[in-house]
Amino acid sequence: MQNLGYLKESTSQTAGPYVHIGLAPGAAGFKTFDSELGQVIAPEGVAGTRVRIEGLVIDGLGAPVKDVLIEVWQADASGIYPHPEDPRAADCAKGFRGWGRVISDFDTGLFAFDTIKPGPTAGRGRAVQAPHISLWLVSRGINIGLNTRMYFPEDSDLHKADPILNSIEQVVRRQTLIAVQTAPNTYRFDIRLQGEGETVFIDV
Amino acid sequence: MKPAEFYMRDRTIHPPAYDRGYKTSVARSPQLPLLTIQQTASEITGPTFGHNDFGPLDNDLTMNFQHGDMPVGERMVLHGRVLDENARPVPNTLVEIWQANASGRYRHKKDAYLGALDPNFGGCGRTMTDESGYYFFRTIKPGPYPWLNYVNSWRPRHIHVSVFGTAFCQRLITQLYFEGDPLIPLCPIVQTIPDPDAVQRLIAVLDMNASVPMDCLAYRFDIVLRGRRSTLFENRLEGN
Ligand SMILES: [Fe+2]
Repeated sequence: MQNLGYLKESTSQTAGPYVHIGLAPGAAGFKTFDSELGQVIAPEGVAGTRVRIEGLVIDGLGAPVKDVLIEVWQADASGIYPHPEDPRAADCAKGFRGWGRVISDFDTGLFAFDTIKPGPTAGRGRAVQAPHISLWLVSRGINIGLNTRMYFPEDSDLHKADPILNSIEQVVRRQTLIAVQTAPNTYRFDIRLQGEGETVFIDV
Repeated sequence: MKPAEFYMRDRTIHPPAYDRGYKTSVARSPQLPLLTIQQTASEITGPTFGHNDFGPLDNDLTMNFQHGDMPVGERMVLHGRVLDENARPVPNTLVEIWQANASGRYRHKKDAYLGALDPNFGGCGRTMTDESGYYFFRTIKPGPYPWLNYVNSWRPRHIHVSVFGTAFCQRLITQLYFEGDPLIPLCPIVQTIPDPDAVQRLIAVLDMNASVPMDCLAYRFDIVLRGRRSTLFENRLEGN
């Protein structure tokens, strides 16, 4: 029999407790690079509603995870990704990166980041995806990065038509992907790794 | 090329979320199945980086934290290619590494191991692959270090590696190990990997041809990211 010749993906290993050294050295306590990557998702001046998102990643015992690193990825306020395969990429907001790195506080576990609210994005076929931010979590004890999404509570009409939210069979679990508004333009998004209220993680 | 999906991730070669032998994973592992989706623009796009994002010493860990002297330890080149599952190179993608110094000590607020910090070694580097997917770093071979999993657990020498690809769904963090290290099979983190061949693929190989005479040895480590379908059979990922 012939061999298809495909390679196997490299196997994931935990990012470990010292992930900050590589991906956020300032937080590890030293400076090597002139600029750290992922500090600014949407620079000042980029069109859109500025929002702040904060939350905790909580383990199966209810304790905050204090050494997590989250990467976020999102579209601009018009729903355009700054990536050549977005058909509208040429119209993406100037200076918008769409990607950021967020770490939890070593003492409290709280994370927070500032960005602009993304617009609805194109789904498959004619579907429209409600505004959302994609998240990827790594830390000590997480063997392979966990993907999830955060949606905004005020978009309940769009949520009804969102293909990903609607594909969650247990309706009650859809709420785990919807942030809570705590103040004007400020949202709370807690991520539960395990147990009651476990966040929906996605096999992307 | 029109957008197309990436191949389904083969979970049989990755560690499960929950592994009793790696104790920290016990309370940090989701218990419910992952949600299966068909990829959308949110998964097949991802961040891009430009050469403006980097400095000239970013990929030289022997130089990028120097305070007057070379760091101690075995100087080495780490090099290889980033490929996808179709065996095609992944050009212009970001590769980041971090590691302990030759004593097995990390430059991190939370590392209190007895091994000495090295005033000339930071422990992180980053680079972009070239057009053929090739990358290289110059660094110091990291030392093994103890950690409290079981009372006498030791990590083999390893370098943490983070890679992007072109899409957010390709994002990967792994660790590379070194040929011949007797600690590899004893390590609870290595043991989370269910497939022995997959462990072998994380072991970097001594590469004498790439060694620099009178300067340093070299190790080769190729990285494979998820590949994607060709678009021969469209299934309308994008609108209209
Ligand atoms: Fe490590």
